[in-house]
Amino acid sequence: MGQGTYEVKVGLAEMLKGGVIMDVTTAEQAQIAEDAGAVAVMALERIPADIRTDGGIARMSDPLMIKDIQKTVSIPVMAKCRIGHFAEAQILEALEVDFIDESEVLTPADDNNHIYKHDFKIPFVCGARNLGEALRRIGEGAAMIRTKGEAGSGNIVEAVRHMRSIINEINLLGTLGHDQLMATARDFQAPFSLVEQVAKIKKLPVPNFSAGGIATPADASLVMQLGAESVFVGSGIFKSEDPASRAKAIVDSVTHYKDADKLAIASSGLKSAMKGLDISEIPEDQMLQDRGW
Amino acid sequence: MVRKVGVLALQGNYIQHKRMLDNLGINNILVQYPRELEKCDLLIIPGGESTTISKLIDRNKFRKPIMNFAQINSVFGTCAGMILLSSTKEANNLKPLGVMDFKAKRNAYGRQVNSFSGNLHLEFDNSNNFKALFIRAPKVSNLGKGIKILATYKKEPVMISDGRHFATTFHPEIGNDVRIHKYIMEQINA
Repeated sequence: MGQGTYEVKVGLAEMLKGGVIMDVTTAEQAQIAEDAGAVAVMALERIPADIRTDGGIARMSDPLMIKDIQKTVSIPVMAKCRIGHFAEAQILEALEVDFIDESEVLTPADDNNHIYKHDFKIPFVCGARNLGEALRRIGEGAAMIRTKGEAGSGNIVEAVRHMRSIINEINLLGTLGHDQLMATARDFQAPFSLVEQVAKIKKLPVPNFSAGGIATPADASLVMQLGAESVFVGSGIFKSEDPASRAKAIVDSVTHYKDADKLAIASSGLKSAMKGLDISEIPEDQMLQDRGW
Repeated sequence: MVRKVGVLALQGNYIQHKRMLDNLGINNILVQYPRELEKCDLLIIPGGESTTISKLIDRNKFRKPIMNFAQINSVFGTCAGMILLSSTKEANNLKPLGVMDFKAKRNAYGRQVNSFSGNLHLEFDNSNNFKALFIRAPKVSNLGKGIKILATYKKEPVMISDGRHFATTFHPEIGNDVRIHKYIMEQINA
């Protein structure tokens, strides 16, 4: 019997495809997410938009709050730890969360190393802006990749940039001869064996989701059409005027991401989306996506 | 003869079921609208999140059409799909279809940390080497009189059939072992 093996970890990521993972800060919000049809919730004390305005150090959430959410819903519960903070990850594993997000949304704990994720029985998801970054995280043991986007911005532009980069680079690898792969691995700063594998299978070896700035049903459809297999919605739901309706609309838009008639229905009559930020309004040192190495 | 298999594509791991069918050379489509059921003579309900798929079945007006479809055609459910085929009592956010006479307990092994892979005993080809993944898997109980056990793990039933419909608590669509899909096609064709 194999428990906590890599294939068992990737197995859960496969089950979350075609769905929406929602950031929640309370048991009540978790219930709204499950009722709307979320495939999982991400339990965290402050959603990214509030982390951005509050400033200070953002850390792993209080275990009591995570447990409260685990008791409330039956869908998988994820939680975030800081980049490189393997002690926080050990605590989340002890709490038996279903997935750990080693996340740039929290303040990094190590400015050189990420967690060696093969050491854990719980699967990890990590953010990436391009294929090299995705493959470095997979090399460390990530069982799922998500675009970083720009969390808490309500602006889809960065998630689109990151998804396009990843997909374009995968397509490029597919066109290269075997003799070109080592130089490509060097340029991508990615493990050679994974570069070889991606060149062969023409996709990431783990599910590829999108996060960071998704605020509307159309945003969800856009990243799905660009190649995402599921979406994470952070601030986009509970910073909007009517979270329950918006949550359901985004779930419906992921199921029918290619059906414009269904998307028109899902987009209709929703109250205001989160206000959001233009990327140029964000000072460079407050760009969350630049965290991670 | 199975002419066309539909894979319910509302949420979950439908792509890997499709890949299995493609590998076996079986004509198949992803089903997103009830009218597409008319073209199929087997429906696969994949693994995924059972509460999500349950809601999407209702929101997309699939409940009656699937129940009617199951009167004369076969349905094959894996993990979440098995829970949906069961006659388990309706619970918060989950309303099974009652297509097969058994009950399912969700997440019966625990959370993801208790998910595992293990070798199954396949009753139908008397082998012990089918490696299966159990992801937050259910367990079955209260098997009805017509239910036959087709595979076990540690003596517990993990694959069952009532002669027409099939269900597994594990994920035969993950990996490259096509035996489960192949067996079901053969049974329907027989």
